Amino acid sequence: MACHLAALIVISPLALILWHVLKQGLPGLTPEFFLHLPKPVGELGGGVANAIVGTALMVLIGTALAVPFGVGAGLFLAEHGQGRLGTLVRTTADVLSGVPSIVIGVAAYGLVVVPMGRFSGLAGGVALSIIMLPTIVRSTEEVVRLVPRSYREAALALGAPRWRVIQEVVLPAAAPAVVTAVLLALARAAGETAPLLFTALGSRFWSLALDRPMASLPVYIFDYARAPYDDWNRQAWSAALVLLMLVTLVSALMRFTVRRVPRR
Amino acid sequence: MELRVNVTPKPTPAKAPTQAAGERSDKPGGPPEIPLATRDFDLFYGTLHALKSVTFDIYADSVTAIIGPSGCGKSTLLRSFNRMNDLIASVRTQGEVQVAGRNVLGRDTDVVELRRRVGMVFQRANPFPKSIFANVDFGLRLLGLRDRTEVEGRVEQALRQAALWDEVKDRLDRSALQLSGGQQQRLCIARCLAVEPEVILMDEPASALDPAATARIEELILDLKRTYTIVVVTHNMQQAARISDRTAFMLSGKLIEYDETARMFTSPKEKLTEDYITGRFG
Repeated sequence: MACHLAALIVISPLALILWHVLKQGLPGLTPEFFLHLPKPVGELGGGVANAIVGTALMVLIGTALAVPFGVGAGLFLAEHGQGRLGTLVRTTADVLSGVPSIVIGVAAYGLVVVPMGRFSGLAGGVALSIIMLPTIVRSTEEVVRLVPRSYREAALALGAPRWRVIQEVVLPAAAPAVVTAVLLALARAAGETAPLLFTALGSRFWSLALDRPMASLPVYIFDYARAPYDDWNRQAWSAALVLLMLVTLVSALMRFTVRRVPRR
Repeated sequence: MELRVNVTPKPTPAKAPTQAAGERSDKPGGPPEIPLATRDFDLFYGTLHALKSVTFDIYADSVTAIIGPSGCGKSTLLRSFNRMNDLIASVRTQGEVQVAGRNVLGRDTDVVELRRRVGMVFQRANPFPKSIFANVDFGLRLLGLRDRTEVEGRVEQALRQAALWDEVKDRLDRSALQLSGGQQQRLCIARCLAVEPEVILMDEPASALDPAATARIEELILDLKRTYTIVVVTHNMQQAARISDRTAFMLSGKLIEYDETARMFTSPKEKLTEDYITGRFG
C-alpha cells in the first residue's frame, strides 16, 4: 500500500506539469503562434517561429559535435577502457554530467563568445554539445558492453581485424541503443535554458546566421514568463507546450526509425 | 607485418583475394600432410595449468575428434589453433602450436591471417544480427571481395556446401536470427566455409541442438571432410565414434591417448581411456 502511494507521488509531478501546461498553453496555440515572429512590445499576438527554428538549429549543432566524440569515447571505454586513461575519461564524464548547466554556459561563453566577440547560435550549439557529451559517452559504453561476446568471437574467428569487428558487428548491434541514448541527451539539451542565456542570447528576429545571436524556445519562455505583461505570460505557457510537444515528437520519430533500420 | 606461417604454395587471401577465389578449392600443390600439430604445448590460465605438454598431429582431409570430461582442456586446445585464447589476458603458453608446419605462437604471427586460414564454429550458433546473406558475405568482405556476381556465387556455394541453400534461397535478405537453431549453426558453418579456410575447428557444434539437427550437422561434417581438415571437440562419445577418423582423449589437461577412432573405441591401450569410454567416469 505504501509503495502504491509512493508510485502515485512519483508520477504526480509529471501529471501536474502536463495538466497545467496544457491548460495554460493550449488556448494560445494558434497556427499564427507557430508561423510568426514575436511582435514588438505593446502589440498583441506574434509567435515563436524563430525560436523553434533556433532551438532546432542549435540542438542540431550540439548533436553533430557531441555524437562523434561521445560515441568514439564510449567505444574506447568499452573496448580499451581498463587502463588509467579509461578511468580518467570515465571520471571526467561523470564529473562533467554533474557540472551545473549554467557553469557550462559560462565555459562556452569563454570558449566561443569571447574569442568571436559576440553572442552566436554557434556558441549555443557548443554549450549544448557539452551538456550532451557525458550522457552519450557513458550510455554508449554501457550498451557496447552489452553486445554479446559471441558476436565478437564470431567476427574475430573469421579473421576480422579489431577495428572491423567494432565497425561492422559491435556498432551496428549497439546502434539502436546508442540512438536512444543520443535522443535522451538531445531531448534534455533542447530544454536547457542556462547554457543559452549568455551564448546564443536570444533574438526577436529571424536569426539563421550561426555567428549571430539566435532565438530559442527555452530562452523565449524565460524572457516571456518574467515579463510584466499578461499577454507575454500566456505566450510563455504556449511556448512551453510547444517545447514539450517537440521533444515528444522527436523522441517518437526516432524510436520509429530505429525499429525500421534495415538489417542488411 | 611479415607473414611467417604460410609455407604452402596456395595464394593467401590477403595478398591475392580475387585471383585466389576461383581456384582455391583446387588446393594447388596439395595440402600439407599435417595441417595442425602441437609440440610440448603447455597453457596456463594464470596459475591454473590447463594444458600439459600436449604433443600431437592432426591429419589432412579427415575428422579428428577430441573427447574428454568437462574441464579437461579440450576446448582450450582447440582454441589454441586459431589463437582465440589471446582474448583472455591471463593466458600464458609454452611449446609450439603449428599450422602447416610453422609455429604460430610467436609475436610475429599475423593472427588475423591465421584466423582466416583456420576457421571456427562455436558451441552456440552465433550468427550476426544481420541478414542471412550478410552473414555469409561478412568474411568475403573481409577478403576485399566486392564484385556482385562473384560474391553472390560464393555465398550460394557456401550455403550449398553447408546444406542450407534450399531452405534459405528465397529469403536471403531475412534476418539470420529468424532461422531455427540447427539452421543457424549450419549458417555459421557456411559463413566459415565462404572464406575457404584450410582447417575448420568445431567446438561442440551440435551440443545445443536437437537430435534431428544434430544428425544433419554430422552428415555435413562427413561431407566436408573430403575437402577440409576438421577438428571437432565433443563430449558425446557416440558422436565421436560416428563422425571421426581419429580420436584424441584428454583428461586433466593431458593427452591420454590418440589413435584411429575404430581402434580407440574397441581396444584402447590406456586404462583411463577404457574407463572413460565405457562410462566409468566423466
